[in-house]
Amino acid sequence: MSLAFDLALCILILGAAALAVFGRDLFGSIVFFIVYGVLIALAWITLGAVDVSLAEAAIGAGVTGVLLIGAWQGIRDGGGGEPEAPTPWPLHLAAGGAAAALCGVISFAVLSLPGHDGLAGEVPENQGALELGNPVTGVLLGFRAYDTLLETLVLTAALAAVWSLTPSQFWGGIPGPNHVKPPDGVLASFGRMLPPRGLIVAVYLVWAGADAPGGAFQAGTVLAAVWILIVLAGLRDEPRLSRLPLRALIILGPLVFLGVGLIGMLLGAPLSYPEGQAKPVILVIEYALTLSIAATLALLIAGPARRR
Amino acid sequence: MSVVELITAALLAIGVFFYFAGTVGILRFPDVHSRLHALTKADNLGLMAIVIAAGLHFGDGWIAGKLALIWLLALFAAGMAAQLVARAALSPEHNA
Repeated sequence: MSLAFDLALCILILGAAALAVFGRDLFGSIVFFIVYGVLIALAWITLGAVDVSLAEAAIGAGVTGVLLIGAWQGIRDGGGGEPEAPTPWPLHLAAGGAAAALCGVISFAVLSLPGHDGLAGEVPENQGALELGNPVTGVLLGFRAYDTLLETLVLTAALAAVWSLTPSQFWGGIPGPNHVKPPDGVLASFGRMLPPRGLIVAVYLVWAGADAPGGAFQAGTVLAAVWILIVLAGLRDEPRLSRLPLRALIILGPLVFLGVGLIGMLLGAPLSYPEGQAKPVILVIEYALTLSIAATLALLIAGPARRR
Repeated sequence: MSVVELITAALLAIGVFFYFAGTVGILRFPDVHSRLHALTKADNLGLMAIVIAAGLHFGDGWIAGKLALIWLLALFAAGMAAQLVARAALSPEHNA
């Protein structure tokens, strides 16, 4: 990419970030946060990191954006939010100082690490053992699999936290408002047209993930988008959260992942793959994770149960 | 400069023109429906010109096909979003 393009992109990213942080209007800030996510995804592409770019566009800009807009709606409907009581300036100063101090400590910790150029050298050397063509998948599900394992557990914990906000009379009920739309409406036709294509894209992403950009998180997000579109179009209602198959689906990916780690412990090394069988095991984890991530993201956006 | 490059540049200029016009329309038009009109015209025609330009630039059937698919999906999404925004902007009794 040319220098002019990179410079323009940098300026746009900084501008979107500044407007997201300093904007007076909460909704405007959210919009610029989404714009910022899309621009960051572009920046990752110019750096050649297509995997990261896909994840950033889908989760950083897409899912987070929808969650933030949902939160904004909740604040507005609750009558709170916008006009804040002015905070005294010493508090601003103290908060800024604390943030700067934390930033300094983290910078010091990172800079004082013994210098080495990350995993860039080691991954290609050892990638053959996993039989994966995509080095990013090699890192995420091989060399640094415990990071990914914890990420998926965090996602599940986040869903549990959202569910814990359920009013007790609705526990185990149906999340979100009831979207009844005319069956011949625009959204209904769109909701019939797009999901099959979304399914193909998701299957491709997870299937290609072993050797090309793609993987569980990207495919899961596409599936979640399909799910949300079907619900928004009023074609199917959200499932009842007390249903056992649904809960099994949510926990399937983390459970398979954890199970593989525990089996590794029985075979000698915890959180390791059986020798020579790494690739099939990784693929099973990826497929299970895709389904769980899709269900978890879609239900995170649906929120706690609001109907019986 | 070859003929293909000239056509590519011309198409890019057309695309930028539509995006620019659309942006001016969003900023200057008085109500939601006029602004939507400006926005969707810019999206569809501007993106079309830029997609054709990119397809010519890469000169590869597969890439051009993928770009065309992207344009088609964007067209559907923009059209649907415009319909929804337009309906939401109508008064409640029209909003069926």
